[in-house]
Order: sequence, then C-alpha cells, then structure tokens
Amino acid sequence: MYYGIRGDDGISTPETIVSLRNLTKTFPTADGAGFTALHDISLDIRKGEIFGIIGMSGAGKSTLVRCINYLERPTSGTVLFQGRDLSKLSMPELLRVRQSIGMIFQQFNLLMQRTALQNVCFPLEIAGVEKKARIRRAEELLELVGLADKRNSYPSQLSGGQCQRVAIARALATSPQVLLCDEATSALDPSTTRGVLALIREINEKLGITVIIITHEMAVIEEICQRVAIIDAGRIAEVGPVSDIFTHPKSDAARRLVLPPGERVEEFMGGRRCRIVFDGRSAFEPVISNLVLEFRHPVNILYANTKEIDGKAVGQMIIALPEDDHLAERMLGSMRAQGLSVEEVTGDV
Amino acid sequence: MFDQAVVKMIGNGILETLYMTLTSTFIAYIIGLPLGVALVVTDKDGIHPIRWLNSILNVIVNILRSIPFLILMIFVTPLTRAIIGTSLGPTATIVPLVIGSAPFIARLVESSIKEIDKGVIEAAQSMGAKPMQIIWKVLLPEARPSILVGAAIAVTTILSYSAMAGIIGGRGLGDIAIRYGYYRYENGIMFVTVALLVIIVQVLQEVDMMVARKNDKRRK
Repeated sequence: MYYGIRGDDGISTPETIVSLRNLTKTFPTADGAGFTALHDISLDIRKGEIFGIIGMSGAGKSTLVRCINYLERPTSGTVLFQGRDLSKLSMPELLRVRQSIGMIFQQFNLLMQRTALQNVCFPLEIAGVEKKARIRRAEELLELVGLADKRNSYPSQLSGGQCQRVAIARALATSPQVLLCDEATSALDPSTTRGVLALIREINEKLGITVIIITHEMAVIEEICQRVAIIDAGRIAEVGPVSDIFTHPKSDAARRLVLPPGERVEEFMGGRRCRIVFDGRSAFEPVISNLVLEFRHPVNILYANTKEIDGKAVGQMIIALPEDDHLAERMLGSMRAQGLSVEEVTGDV
Repeated sequence: MFDQAVVKMIGNGILETLYMTLTSTFIAYIIGLPLGVALVVTDKDGIHPIRWLNSILNVIVNILRSIPFLILMIFVTPLTRAIIGTSLGPTATIVPLVIGSAPFIARLVESSIKEIDKGVIEAAQSMGAKPMQIIWKVLLPEARPSILVGAAIAVTTILSYSAMAGIIGGRGLGDIAIRYGYYRYENGIMFVTVALLVIIVQVLQEVDMMVARKNDKRRK
C-alpha cells in the first residue's frame, strides 16, 4: 500500500452500503440464446467512498449500475442496499428505496418543459413533499451546485455543465444515501468535466454521500475515485484501490486502461521494456540519472507522464531495457532496491 | 344571388361548422388523449406493460381508422339516433365525428409521447416515481407542445369530415357547398363556402400553433 485510502486504514472495518452478490443479467435475444451482459458479479461498496466502475463500451457497466437501483432486474443474484435484499421488496417499498439512491446520466435527462428550480422540485413532488418546503429545498440545492441565479432558466437555455449541475441538485433533493453517476461527464468537455467532478467530490465530502461512478475514462477514475472495479465483457476483472491498480495492474483489462495507448509504444517493439511508477517519495529522486551513472549504459525513455490519483501526484514511465539480459536484470534489481514499483511490460500491451 | 337569406344561411353555416368542429374536437380529445396515453403506457416497452390490453386497444384503433369516414358516418346512424334522438343536424353529426376522429387523435397523441427521450422517463423511475406520476408529471407535460401541434392537424381533419356530413344532412358549410354547388350549379355560393372553409382552417391552425409555440420551452 502506497497511499492511505480512506476506509482502508485497517483500523475500523468500513460499513458496506451496497452489496452485489453473484449478479447475473441475461437479456433475451431473437435467436433464443440470450445475451449475458453480466456474469456473476460480486462487489461491496463502502459507505462514504467514491467507487468507480470502469470498462469499455459494451462491457456491461450501464446494466450493472441499473441493477443497483433495480431499474434492471438481475436474472440471478442479489442486490443488498443497506442490508435489504431489493428482490424481496414490494413495489412501493422499492420505489421508496429508489428515493434514497440518486442518479445522474450522460444526457442529463432533465425535464425540458420545466425550469431548473422546477426540475429540482420534481423528485420532491414524487416523494410527496409539501410545496413550500419543496421550493425551499430546491433553492438550497441550486445554491449548493452554484446555480442559484439560473433558477428560472429552462434546460435549453443552460450549457451542458450547468445542466449536469441541475441534474446533480435534482438527484440530491431527496437526501439520498448513494449517488449513481452513469457516464455523467462523458458528454462534457475536459474543463467542464473537472468542474463537475470537483462538485461530486465536494458533495461526497460535505454530505457524506456514497458515490458510484460509471465511466469509460480512466482520467475520471484517477481524478476522484478511491476504489475501482474494472469490468470486462460482463465480468469483474479486478477490484481495488485506484493507486494499487495503477501501480500494479494484474488483469489485461486493467493494464489496457492504465498503460499508455499501444500505438505510442509499439514503435519501439523489439527489446525488453519496463514500466516504473513513481509516487510522491520517489518523484524527487533522479532515478534515471542514477541508473545511467550506476550502469554506464544509456536508458531510452519511451513514454512518461504524471497524473494525480486520489489527490496524490503519481508518475509513470516506460523505459527500454538493455539487450544484455544480465545488465537488464541488474537494472531492474537496482530500481526495486530503491523502492520503486517496477514491472516488465510485454509487447502486446 | 347573395340576398339576405343566402347571407343568413352562410352565417348559420359558419356557426354550425364551428360548433360541430370544435365540440367534436373537444369530445374526441377526451377519448383520444387517454387512449393515446394508454397505447404508450401499456406497450411492451412502456412504463406499465399490459400485453392483452395493448393488443385490444390497437385492434380497435386500427379498425376504426381503416373505415372511410363517409361510410363510418352512415354505419353509425343507428347509434347516433339512439344517443341524440335524430341523425340529422349538427349535433347528430358530432357522434360520427367523435367516433371517426378519436382513434386518429389517439395515434397523434401516441406519437407525440413517443418523442420524449426515454432517458427522462428512466430518470423519473430512478427517483421512485409511480406510473401515474410519470404520466401526469412527465409524459403529458413534456409532450404538451407536440400534442398541441397535433391538435392543429386533428381540428383540420375534423373540419373536413364535418363538411362530408353535409351529404347526410349534417348542415354547416359543407352542406351548403354540396346543395348549392353540386345539386344547383350555383358556383358563386360554392366558392364563398370553400373560401370560408379555407379561412376557418387557417385561423384555427394559426391560433393552435401560436399556443403550441408559446408552450414550448425547448427552443428559446
């Protein structure tokens, strides 16, 4: 463990808020065979954390998030929300549970014929909140998302980022325990995305709401998630703290997401390569210079970048190892001795 | 040709046509609007699928839609007599007009509601909305501008149906056009009635579209 992950400090056992047990979802197809979107998924999401679920499009992540609030009924397996098995609830009970699970979407899904304020009032109307209290609460929430001055604007008059902020305010109206974000930033440009993610983090910290983020962008996970599950072809490939997955990806799916795009590296195919991950401590050491000085052999840097993961600067670099296997092993040993996270990467990444 | 009697007759014709058209449109919407909503809601992809009910509604709508209005009008004469007491006159004409146009209106409403983004309905479901709440708070308000545009089409169709009713003594402008223009070759009167029908359609349509535009918050 390189970084302290909230709720993962080993002192207290974190409380689980959403628990998925052996979830499978099969959709009927015309040929009768059925398409299995989710295979035997088991996940525990802890109270108060920001949990990411990442995968390529078609991996089943949208189906997975819809199983959490039972918009999709799983074919088999159970969803436990605060310990309650959703499959055992009556329809009115399920509808009440949904009021404690907010959801935001890629396309915002605001009511186009209602103003921002009326949109935020909407879930409160459904919950049967009295009109004055409704408006008061909606005003508070628009304030929280920084759109108090847009209360009377219609969605068509707002920008994408503003629409998503209204959608966040709307999702928070009934004071949910969990906020589900289904590709919530995928329709936004990078700077708007950062703003919306910062707002989500702020909400998580201020209100203690558990956030589950579905995305296909590693950048989103790196920016705000503490733990991540990688979903690949309907199965969980890997689960763990974001920093662990970033430094030691175990599955192919994780490696594909963490490593730089293949094309940039493939030009250098041939020799052995290794990936070095720097954390806050080693970033200050002149690692490569030391290597060159120690072994008197040039080191070729193929790729390098720095990212902020869970609030900490983390760098990664891919270097070419010398042809001489003996020398290569000694270099690897030397880097490991310095406490760096080093792993060899193969040509097919 | 245009003596006082004729002017009075045309004036009455205008009022009768407006009365038949507007009353029929109103009653037809009372039937067609819920029918259109039911068609969407009970559909297999709807918010409350009921297969058998959806099939029955679809069959009824399709049958009524496939009968030409002229024939439907004659076909329902016994029903008209049973309800109104006579099959002649503008009030009696309302019966076939409603029966003929309600299924058409149901289809217009159905297509208006289907234009709503599925995501918006899903969002409401994610908030724990019941089907009835989704109908009243999402489907109808979000489809309102489109339903109003549909009303312009409906009112025009009902007006043209009402003119056909002239053949079986339904009165109104259509009746005048048929009696004077077709049976008596009085082209002058026929031209006037046709012009008046065109003007009425234009006015109704413009008023309706104005209301629809004023109600739509999507493009501003």
